[in-house]
Amino acid sequence: MNTRDIVTAVHAVQAAIVANEAQIESLDRAIGDGDHFINIRRGCEAIVALKPDLLPVPPGEAFKKIGMKLLSTIGGASGPLIGSFFISMGKELEGIAEPDTKQFAAALAAGVDAIKTRGKADVGEKTMLDVLIPTSRLLLRLAGEGSDRGTLCAKLKQEAEENMLATRDMIATKGRAHFLGERALGHIDPGAKTSQVAVFAVCDMLTEGAAS
Amino acid sequence: MKKFVNDVDLLLQESLQGLAAAHADLLELHLDPTFVTRKRAARKKVALISGGGAGHEPLHCGLIGQGMLDAACPGQVFTSPTPDQMLAAADSVDNGQGVLFIVKNYAGDVMNFQMAVEMMDRPCATVLVNDDVAVERSTHTTGRRGVAGTLVVEKLVGAAAEMGASLDQCKVLGDRVNSRTASMGVAFTSCTVPAAGRATFDIGEGEMEFGVGIHGEPGRRRDAVRPAQELVDELMAAILGDLKPAAGSEVLLHVNGFGGTPLIELYLLYHCATKVLAKEGVQVARSLVGNYTTALEMAGASLTVTVMDEEMKSLWDAPVHTAALRW
Repeated sequence: MNTRDIVTAVHAVQAAIVANEAQIESLDRAIGDGDHFINIRRGCEAIVALKPDLLPVPPGEAFKKIGMKLLSTIGGASGPLIGSFFISMGKELEGIAEPDTKQFAAALAAGVDAIKTRGKADVGEKTMLDVLIPTSRLLLRLAGEGSDRGTLCAKLKQEAEENMLATRDMIATKGRAHFLGERALGHIDPGAKTSQVAVFAVCDMLTEGAAS
Repeated sequence: MKKFVNDVDLLLQESLQGLAAAHADLLELHLDPTFVTRKRAARKKVALISGGGAGHEPLHCGLIGQGMLDAACPGQVFTSPTPDQMLAAADSVDNGQGVLFIVKNYAGDVMNFQMAVEMMDRPCATVLVNDDVAVERSTHTTGRRGVAGTLVVEKLVGAAAEMGASLDQCKVLGDRVNSRTASMGVAFTSCTVPAAGRATFDIGEGEMEFGVGIHGEPGRRRDAVRPAQELVDELMAAILGDLKPAAGSEVLLHVNGFGGTPLIELYLLYHCATKVLAKEGVQVARSLVGNYTTALEMAGASLTVTVMDEEMKSLWDAPVHTAALRW
């Protein structure tokens, strides 16, 4: 993976988020405060516009730049959480010109850890972590086993989807949805949905890239 | 959605430009990053900075000026501002006495201010306001929300800072005012975030959200609208149950409109609330009625009670000169 892949992935995630606008928005209106989509889209647009600054730098630095940019454009609770995620990924990849799958998996785990720490949340609390934690753990395991890219991406997508759907039956104790208590039962968490959409977009981009 | 908008992405900036122009004697607007400061920088005092999502006007930008805030960082509507805004505001208004951030207890605001504090290399402290008794702290780990009581904290700490209180003293005072302040509100209608274009929540004719937050987020329950006195009785029971003021206590009673309820109703609520306090043997020493911590055009109101002592009364009475509050 190099910085060009990261930029391509950013474009893929942005397109996927926009394509899922209606569903993400209606989930957030049901149990959030209605601004999740707008904030994420604003962040995606800022990163796409950052492309010229990203291309000349190594992946670690690119992730840090992405994190700092998101921190100053998204706002809300998502800004510090997603900002910390990329900044920590960047720190983990410092000095690595072309990280391999194992190195990328370790960076992703560090990023997810940063969200846990900053948000003081863990799995089972009806947040984006319900998708990110198990998916990142699975990637670490599969990377260690040396899975091929196609298998790895298919399994990651399955893991992300199942865990996204599982948030439907959770009672939120973190995030905006927690103000609703049991009233949020029966609704998928919008942050978990966005995370699943992002995992799918990156996996699809990677497997399409491998096929071509 | 019918709103006065040119380009929804420019709404906040154009509104701030109007605010700064209308109060050109008081305010100065800085863009990229966005923050508002006093026109004439204060000399030798702790710099008070607040901020939060827009949509609660006049909070916080309308409370900048002598006797209150030195700067405020507005975020997009109902979206927390970002650390770069807070750092730039601190650079602009810190005059060597340190910076006190006054933050409403919402996850986004807390995290963004926290990151600013981590990145800052000057003396600073944070007062976290969590006056809303609707959401119980025991079952919600992020705790109670910060709502209309924030104005009381900003006014009292603002007065103390103006009189030369140190950063530590301001922090202690802010925490004390917060611990003696409790609020709760009711909404009759939703609000519409301009960028979203639709009502934040659906609510039937004849229904109310009891214990609503200042973004239209749910409170304790959805219920049928009842006579005002009954609603006030229940709100005050929750507020006084939290504060437990001794008989004979003096309080500040603040009736806050959410933006869509006329003053005639807010004064009616004030009347109802004084009856409850009189019954409890609590004396209203100071009052404030009006739209100060709003939720865009939401119809509804909140009640805030602060248990006052002599020092707090004199700080409340101290001169203040801001766009929205002045005496």
